[in-house]
Amino acid sequence: MAASLAQQAPLDRSLGWFSVGLGMAEILAPRTLGRVIGVGDQSNVLRMCGVREVVSGVGLLSGRAPAAFTMSRVVGDVMDLALLGASLRSPEANPTRVAAAATAVAGVAALDLYASKVELQSSMAEAEQEVPVHVSLMINSPPEEVYQFWRKLENLPRFMSYLESVTELDQRRSEWSARMPGGVQLRWQSEIVEDQPGRLLSWRTIDGSEINHVGSVRFDPAPDGNGTQIRVEVYYGMPGGSAAVKAAELVSMAPEAMVSADLRRLKQLIETGEIATTRGQPTGKRSILGRALSKGES
Amino acid sequence: MRAVCWQGVHKVGIEEVPDAHLINPRDAVIKVRKAAICGSDLHLYDGYVPGMMRGDILGHEFMGEVVETGPGVTNLAPGDRVVVPFPISCGNCFFCEQEMYSLCENSNPNARLAEKFWGHSPCGIFGYSHLLGGYAGGQAEYVRVPFADVGPLKIPDTMSDEQALFLSDILPTGYMAAENCNIQQGDTVAVWGCGPVGLFAIMSAKLLGATRVIAIDRFPERLNLAHRAGAETINYEEMDTLDTLREWTGGRGPDACIDAVGMEAHMHGVQGTYDKVKQALRMETERPGVLRECIQACRNGGTISVPGVYGGLADKIPLGAVVNRALTIKSGQTHVQRYMKPLLARIENGEIDPTMIITHRVGIEDVPDAFAMFRNKEDDCVKVVVNMAS
Ligand SMILES: NC(=O)c1ccc[n+]([C@@H]2O[C@H](COP(=O)([O-])OP(=O)(O)OC[C@H]3O[C@@H](n4cnc5c(N)ncnc54)[C@H](O)[C@@H]3O)[C@@H](O)[C@H]2O)c1
Ligand SMILES: [Zn+2]
Ligand SMILES: [Zn+2]
Repeated sequence: MAASLAQQAPLDRSLGWFSVGLGMAEILAPRTLGRVIGVGDQSNVLRMCGVREVVSGVGLLSGRAPAAFTMSRVVGDVMDLALLGASLRSPEANPTRVAAAATAVAGVAALDLYASKVELQSSMAEAEQEVPVHVSLMINSPPEEVYQFWRKLENLPRFMSYLESVTELDQRRSEWSARMPGGVQLRWQSEIVEDQPGRLLSWRTIDGSEINHVGSVRFDPAPDGNGTQIRVEVYYGMPGGSAAVKAAELVSMAPEAMVSADLRRLKQLIETGEIATTRGQPTGKRSILGRALSKGES
Repeated sequence: MRAVCWQGVHKVGIEEVPDAHLINPRDAVIKVRKAAICGSDLHLYDGYVPGMMRGDILGHEFMGEVVETGPGVTNLAPGDRVVVPFPISCGNCFFCEQEMYSLCENSNPNARLAEKFWGHSPCGIFGYSHLLGGYAGGQAEYVRVPFADVGPLKIPDTMSDEQALFLSDILPTGYMAAENCNIQQGDTVAVWGCGPVGLFAIMSAKLLGATRVIAIDRFPERLNLAHRAGAETINYEEMDTLDTLREWTGGRGPDACIDAVGMEAHMHGVQGTYDKVKQALRMETERPGVLRECIQACRNGGTISVPGVYGGLADKIPLGAVVNRALTIKSGQTHVQRYMKPLLARIENGEIDPTMIITHRVGIEDVPDAFAMFRNKEDDCVKVVVNMAS
């Protein structure tokens, strides 16, 4: 057993141990645990959670079908969070302790997501409606310069990871092409709605595009007077038909995560002239899960 | 090339991997001459730092010879002998401009992951988990150094490899730990842990004017070194740390306390068992016994400086003492780039002899055994230097 544990992916293994530990506590001492984390006497609920924790923990440790068991952890974490949320409203609940436990669980939940790489799919549910995305980032360069870099639309594929090309057709109109994970190709035309040099750019896609959205980017002077607080807002609208499927695929990339990763790359390009990466560096022999995970790394 | 790879808990191995090469314009490739094993590597070895993957190349303390530079690096040339700081820092961002290099905003490609864990991301670090970038480390024959126009420092011909090596981490780390104590004339500073970081903290506290330094550990050979560096010593297996400190300071407590131990403190009794169980069950990531002691011991209004590494969540930290007794806590991964030049000068003029802590010199093939020896503090091991050229 020890040998097989040592060979297993470390992240899964530590999640496994966390599950077994937490689960055992939930099964054996639900009342105490309930009291410690401040949710009062919820023995049955906690016992249920405990069984689920142990099952997924043992699953992770045994190394069988790790993806399924990691998923069960994710579902479990969401359940735990929901329970903690529900108990916040119960009269017995002690909000500070519940908050502390929720933070701990949320931390683990974040790791779970990483381990099973479901983060990208997690926002599928949101794809039903219009999805507003707001992202803001400080850049250590004056607004005029950041604006200039962005306004030269040909620069955008340098930091927007899924863009293949942007071609300016005239002062206002441009043609965009992107390749999404899974090889889905998307094309659309976009026009600039408002252009305030050094301050703001807004755009919308032209009717008949495969993906509809409107967006804006503001370049506000940072409070310290030296930099730019860049703020991006995008609203994705869902057209009908097969295009909707593609759009959903785009949105399933977790648009917020995608835009914020793009902005981070923009910041790196402007501040340092390059994008931090480890892609292509040497490594020793990876585990199977390790190989899958490192593919997604930038 | 050969490289030291993390293969799981308590498993490191020498693997044949592809040679390091340039990736970005501001990269350099260094042929490593000397590397070291750090107490921080032990946290990886013991499996307490999240985000390690089998096959990760270890090592963040190294020096060597430049073999290749990207077009963005004009201050270095092949053949230059350099020592490389462990934080990877761009030199251009908000934090780098203020010389807070370990908080560089642009060097961690996995910043999003770190943000989930810690709220915000610090810099990338060589060979120190995917949370901190997943960069291949320097316990290898060659290493890629990003932002090589900012980090590496040229070593004067008069200085040996070993004299310069510890500028990469532990000497600046001990120094920053002491600097964070805001030492005033007449101050007493207590240092928990007489490993390399603790020892350099002791020397630095003396240099910065502490009247008295008290060092705490349980290994006689380490306490001896602490004594040679000018400290009075407490062997906590023979004397109670808190009682002794109280007595030696007339009941007031040390003006500053340095935790140079970190997340794997060795503790006896109920407290030790409590943290061991919780850490083993992954219900906390630390065994913060020393941090608790630092807080309890420190005088009212004093400072606790924490160079010891913690990774995640710790329990039973006496926050009440921090608030009610107006304590200041200072910490951080070291802003190494800030300290390299001034400390190089102090080595050159003989104020500090960093080589006095070296107890073992090994070839790369011996590194797996050296990890075990250093972890278990066998053979009076204090610091292992790996000779890559051998
Ligand atoms: N902040 C930074 O940038 C930075 C840089 C380097 C190292 N570090 C950290 O500094 C710490 C020390 O590193 P090192 O290389 O000196 O490691 P080390 O393992 O050689 O030394 C740790 C020492 O602490 C002692 N110790 C353990 N429990 C103790 C207790 N209860 N009371 C007193 N002493 C105790 C051990 O006996 C040992 O001598 C580690 O946590 C390491 O990760 C931080
Ligand atoms: Zn180190
Ligand atoms: Zn920086």
